[in-house]
Amino acid sequence: MRNIGLYLHFPFCLRKCYYCDFLSYQGMKEWIEPYINALCTELREWKQHLSDCRVQTIYLGGGTPTIISAEKLAYVLDVCTSSFHVQENAEITIEGNPGTIRREQLSLLKRAGVNRLSIGLQAWQAKHLETLGRIHGSEDFVNSVDMARNAGFDNINVDVMFGLPDQTLDEWMETLNRVCMLGIEHVSMYSLKVEEGTMLHTWFSQGKICLPTHEEDRNMYYSGRDFLCQHGLEQYEISNFALPGRESSHNLIYWNNEEYIGCGNGAHSHFNNERFSNLSHIKDYIDAVITGTSRIEYRERISEADQRFETIMLNLRMVKGISKKSFAQRFGKDIHYYYGDVIRKLVDKKLLVEDEEYIRLTLRGMDVQNSVLLEFMD
Amino acid sequence: MPNLRQQRTRNFCIIAHIDHGKSTLADRLLELTGALSEREMEDQVLDTMELERERGITIKAQAVRLTYKYKDGEEYTLNLIDTPGHVDFTYEVSKSLAACEGALLVVDASQGIQAQTLANLYLALEHNLEIIPVINKIDLPGAQPDWVKKQIEDVIGLDTENAPLISAKNATGIDAVLDKIIEMIPPPVGDDEAPLRALIFDSFYDNYRGVIAYIRVKEGTIRPGDRIMIMSNGKEFEVSDVGVFRPFLSPVEELRAGDVGYIAAGIKNVRDTRVGDTITHADRPAPEPLPGYKKLQPMVYCGIYPAEGAKYEDLRDALEKLQLNDASLVFEPETSVALGFGFRCGFLGLLHMEIIQERLEREFDLDLVTTAPSVIYRVLKTDGEMVEVSNPTNLPPPVEIDHIEEPRVSVQIFSPDTYVGPIMELCQERRGEYKQMEYIEGNRVLITYEMPLNEIIYDFFDALKSRTRGYASFDYEYIGYKEADLVKLDILLSGDVVDALSTIVHRDKAYAKGRAIAQKLKEVIPRQLFEVPIQAAIGNKIIARETVKALRKDVLAKCYGGDITRKKKLLERQKEGKRRMRQIGSVEVPQEAFMAVLKIN
Repeated sequence: MRNIGLYLHFPFCLRKCYYCDFLSYQGMKEWIEPYINALCTELREWKQHLSDCRVQTIYLGGGTPTIISAEKLAYVLDVCTSSFHVQENAEITIEGNPGTIRREQLSLLKRAGVNRLSIGLQAWQAKHLETLGRIHGSEDFVNSVDMARNAGFDNINVDVMFGLPDQTLDEWMETLNRVCMLGIEHVSMYSLKVEEGTMLHTWFSQGKICLPTHEEDRNMYYSGRDFLCQHGLEQYEISNFALPGRESSHNLIYWNNEEYIGCGNGAHSHFNNERFSNLSHIKDYIDAVITGTSRIEYRERISEADQRFETIMLNLRMVKGISKKSFAQRFGKDIHYYYGDVIRKLVDKKLLVEDEEYIRLTLRGMDVQNSVLLEFMD
Repeated sequence: MPNLRQQRTRNFCIIAHIDHGKSTLADRLLELTGALSEREMEDQVLDTMELERERGITIKAQAVRLTYKYKDGEEYTLNLIDTPGHVDFTYEVSKSLAACEGALLVVDASQGIQAQTLANLYLALEHNLEIIPVINKIDLPGAQPDWVKKQIEDVIGLDTENAPLISAKNATGIDAVLDKIIEMIPPPVGDDEAPLRALIFDSFYDNYRGVIAYIRVKEGTIRPGDRIMIMSNGKEFEVSDVGVFRPFLSPVEELRAGDVGYIAAGIKNVRDTRVGDTITHADRPAPEPLPGYKKLQPMVYCGIYPAEGAKYEDLRDALEKLQLNDASLVFEPETSVALGFGFRCGFLGLLHMEIIQERLEREFDLDLVTTAPSVIYRVLKTDGEMVEVSNPTNLPPPVEIDHIEEPRVSVQIFSPDTYVGPIMELCQERRGEYKQMEYIEGNRVLITYEMPLNEIIYDFFDALKSRTRGYASFDYEYIGYKEADLVKLDILLSGDVVDALSTIVHRDKAYAKGRAIAQKLKEVIPRQLFEVPIQAAIGNKIIARETVKALRKDVLAKCYGGDITRKKKLLERQKEGKRRMRQIGSVEVPQEAFMAVLKIN
């Protein structure tokens, strides 16, 4: 059986955050029902193609999946389990935002098989939450964690961001401290990236907000990394930290360059050496599913050379790096056959280290991963 | 004595300042003489290059044959030879003038005579041309024809009593101009039967027929089938066709003494038919060529490199093609440690340089990296040898140099007297030596400075314009070499000299310039994996230092929910950006860094 991950997209939010450039819509509640129907149709259509696959992880992402009723979400999961071979104890994650998470909903989801909750906190301080356009306060977050624990969730991730406009190191450390005080199992800490087309971008170009320098950004990153490690959350990926054994299996599928199917509008898949994505616009997506026309927006065959590069690009996100053995098994030849000179050069520059089993980024290499990858692109 | 055909022929050109209406007048002359049907009539027929239209200048000479019925009832053939309007092309102008017996001096009724007009006018007088003043744009509200007439009389001493007052735009007064041409300009002379002597005053390259040479037959007759010889190099060709410009090339049976027209002779290289050369018959050569052929010496040099190394051959092809139509462009291969393979190109002047660069980019779609323009320095070495240096990199080591001489020019600036202060300040800053100032008339002055050519080759004109709100115009003339305290200013990145950034500057300016360049480079060189020290140095002495700090962060926070393609595209864009940079030692330098250095004062 081939192992795959399954990603389900829920593009609805109560409000669009000011930094968000993901596919999600605010105030389109009337679209939820037809969308869920289309999503379930798509899932059923996949059934025949995935008969030899074992679904190891399911990830309900968004958007804010938790603004959808637990009954509907449970129904979708039901379609998954009845259509695919979902592995027993599969990691099933749902993303949710404080302020939309409700007690009864959590219990129902837990019963439906959801065993991991990913909460978007982003920052502790009200002023930063406001700048980011979040709808919640820190007390909503504490309540959400509390409710999740009561509902039996023992695997919780919290998303936090640093490098926010006018954020001080102390504020950042307070955010992390609050998270750690709650005994969270997994933390994703992201450096804020101001994407084009977002409110923050507009404000930034108008000079209304001011971002930290790269030096300040890195200081927050280093301090955050040290702090989380001190609290037992080990870094296993550039932005991800977990108690031992609580790493995100779903994300590891991405970073190991393995196969996954994404369902819903704009969702991306990697399957049979192809990468493809669904139509982004929710209406186009639903129409395509209903009329049975192609719902594919983008499709690309990945050449073997590209597969090698993508493997390196993704593996190097992980602290353990590229497994030389896996690489050789997958591509038939030792990694040095393809990239010997580059690796030597980068090791000389102290951006990579190599041991018997792995090739990984140094701490410095992690700060400049893109520059490192560019070297592999020649 | 002119024969009958010659008596019915007039050869003339138009001298005018940019914008004073030369092209519009030419169009009107064409229109009125029916040289073009209205359908063929395109605005400003004579300026054919896109670039010429845009800049409102004529780069290449053009010619056209008009037929006009004068009031005596006879038909006259009028050959209008258009002249380039810029000082860089003085030599070409002088050859065009040599093809004529007279010139229309077109002056804007609201602006009066400008510096460049004067320069060409003096040239015309040197060629003994009959000058007909024409006051244009009398329709403008600010027109002061009487003032302009008086100015022409005061400055040049031309009688303006009967000068036609016209508006080329509104087509008024054009008849009078045609009549004056016939009345005042002498007909050409020359013996049809004498050995052939024809002056080449322009040429262009035609893909099918080879070089088309524009000629003025001074003596003799030329026909298709004739075996001709170029007198400067002795090369022989067989004439395939001869013709005239109506305004399109149109074949005729022969061109005789006094005629203006073209010949094609299967000539594959414009360099074989340089402007100013004389054509004669191979089997019956003239004893002497016509006077005045000289090889043009480029005044300004710069390195031109393809932005992408792979485009080197394309750049060579493009330069060769441009050279086919522009024999004054010179280039030779050059190698730079920083920029790879490229060419050192020589130009008649700044405008010429800019035009060539623009044409390379536009017409050949090339991305270029250009080094700072340089003049030719004469380096007198301690062993008594003299070397000419047009690329700062080739300057001999200081110990071998006795002294350096730089070319100097006499700069003439016309301006309203309100701006005398700022102009003098600018000229002093540029190491100018004040010569004189005179009132031309009213409140307009002519200021003369002697300056190093090096000081005006980049942005002097822009600086002058900005300090005089666009009112001043200037012209310059080469006067000779003079010793100066010059040093080579090197720029080092991570300890290595970047040859393409070296410049030769006056010692007094080296410190300020070194600092400015270092600061500018700090702005344009992106952070790299390692710290990049930028240094400016004279010899071994570091005179300025800046540092580009090491890149601290170049990593994406997340992987966009399985959207690997997005991340890959981002990396590809980043890689593309990197590819466009120049690798100098371990440092990646963006193309604009080389340009940035040009823009420093």
